[in-house]
Amino acid sequence: MSDSESSVTDAGFDEWLAAAENNDAYYLECANGHGSLPPRLVCPDCGSTDLTEVKLPETGDIQTFTVTHVPTPAFEEDAPYATAIVDFGPVRLTGQVVGIDLEDVETGLTVELEITVSETTGERVISLRPA
Amino acid sequence: MSDVRVAGTGLTPFGNNPERTGRGLFAEASITAFEDSGVPRDDVEAVLYGNFMGELSEHQGHQGPLMAEAAGVQAPATRYESACASSGTAVREAVKRIRNGENDVLLAGGAERMTNLGTAGATEALAIAADDLWEVRAGVTFPGAYALMAQAYFDEFGGEHEDLAHIAVKNHANALPNEKAQYQRAIEVSDVLEAPPVSEPLGLYDACPISDGASALVLTSESYAEEHDLEAPVAITGTGQGGDRMALHDRDHLARSPAAREAGEEAYADAGVDAGDVDFAEVHDCFTIAEVLALEALDLEPIGEGISAARDGRTTADGEMPINLSGGLKAKGHPVGATGASQIAEVTDLLAGEHPNSEHVDGATTGVAHNAGGTVASATVHVLEVVEE
Repeated sequence: MSDSESSVTDAGFDEWLAAAENNDAYYLECANGHGSLPPRLVCPDCGSTDLTEVKLPETGDIQTFTVTHVPTPAFEEDAPYATAIVDFGPVRLTGQVVGIDLEDVETGLTVELEITVSETTGERVISLRPA
Repeated sequence: MSDVRVAGTGLTPFGNNPERTGRGLFAEASITAFEDSGVPRDDVEAVLYGNFMGELSEHQGHQGPLMAEAAGVQAPATRYESACASSGTAVREAVKRIRNGENDVLLAGGAERMTNLGTAGATEALAIAADDLWEVRAGVTFPGAYALMAQAYFDEFGGEHEDLAHIAVKNHANALPNEKAQYQRAIEVSDVLEAPPVSEPLGLYDACPISDGASALVLTSESYAEEHDLEAPVAITGTGQGGDRMALHDRDHLARSPAAREAGEEAYADAGVDAGDVDFAEVHDCFTIAEVLALEALDLEPIGEGISAARDGRTTADGEMPINLSGGLKAKGHPVGATGASQIAEVTDLLAGEHPNSEHVDGATTGVAHNAGGTVASATVHVLEVVEE
């Protein structure tokens, strides 16, 4: 929705997507060293309100994945697609796995963050490409 | 502390009824519950009602008073929303109110209208139980989230799709005599393995159906039941609720359900029982893998071993721990807002000897109902016991 003139943005999230597009993805680190994702004012682990932006590690490893054949309408043209949860160390991210045949996606695969666009809606999608 | 008696239970048939409204469904379930209880509507002090997607499926918020009206009850009413654990949460709040002396008679339950949305619309509506920014916008569907957990389970503990298939086969077999079930049809392991994939490793037969339906319970204090000479031999003796981080990727465990464990431990302690006392359970098997995670969270199976429970016959109708004798969400159906209270209704009827599958739990005194919301960011567990012969 962020590209249309009439829509509002999602504060904290759209800024993060824009940063990720510029290879400046970050996570939030609290005073006690816990990592989390924006938008957030309070550390969900300890309640600290002292949050700073720290650069996300370049690569992460796939912890689990699935290939979705029955999508929501927002991804109708994209299916089938692989979704994975990736461990970047301080935080984990969920995204679509791109740049690899679906049958080659596996647990343990090292990937890097990339922002792609949904074939169905043209919206930005958090994606993960083999490093 | 006073026990909370289940004085009456009411369920609509669960199934594909796109023309039926939520208010019509809940009215039907409540009529049955009142008739079963012998309690007059005038004695009801509040209605606690579970619903998840009413704004999307019926363009209807503020459903509490609407549903009290549909049930013919003049009393304050509140809707509880906790995704697929909505009516489990509503019942839990009702139990707490009766126990603390605030109320003696409550109507608790839930309803959901889903099939009028179609498969794509219902998939979209269910997906909002996940984190919209960080999961839904990455293409995570409800089956997709459980598929992520299934793959994580296989990687950590072993197991394969065929193990999960036995869970679906078992629950369909249990539903055969249950006339309220959406599917009264037996299936084979091969049916599950050959079904179209939805979100690998899960296929069409690993998933519960999209359903319309309602559930209602008339709950009373022990003193009210005794004063009015109610036939209400089953009590809710333990209640628990657990919570977890919203997005799956923020959880400590991808192949376990800590929220369900928390809820189970609280409910067991509340009732003064442990897993060894449990005779049977209704657990939230929205997908086959969900039953595995529930069994392990409730200590009915050791961690990492729940995957083989159905295949090896431990949880079948004649096994040592029958699970989902109603047919479960898988075969009975899953009108999400109705599900939690419907599980408690099934456990009550099984314990009271009034269920078509009661013969499989003859002599049982303790049953458990486990209701999960989203990818188990919410969970409620209730312990039910026979307190009167």
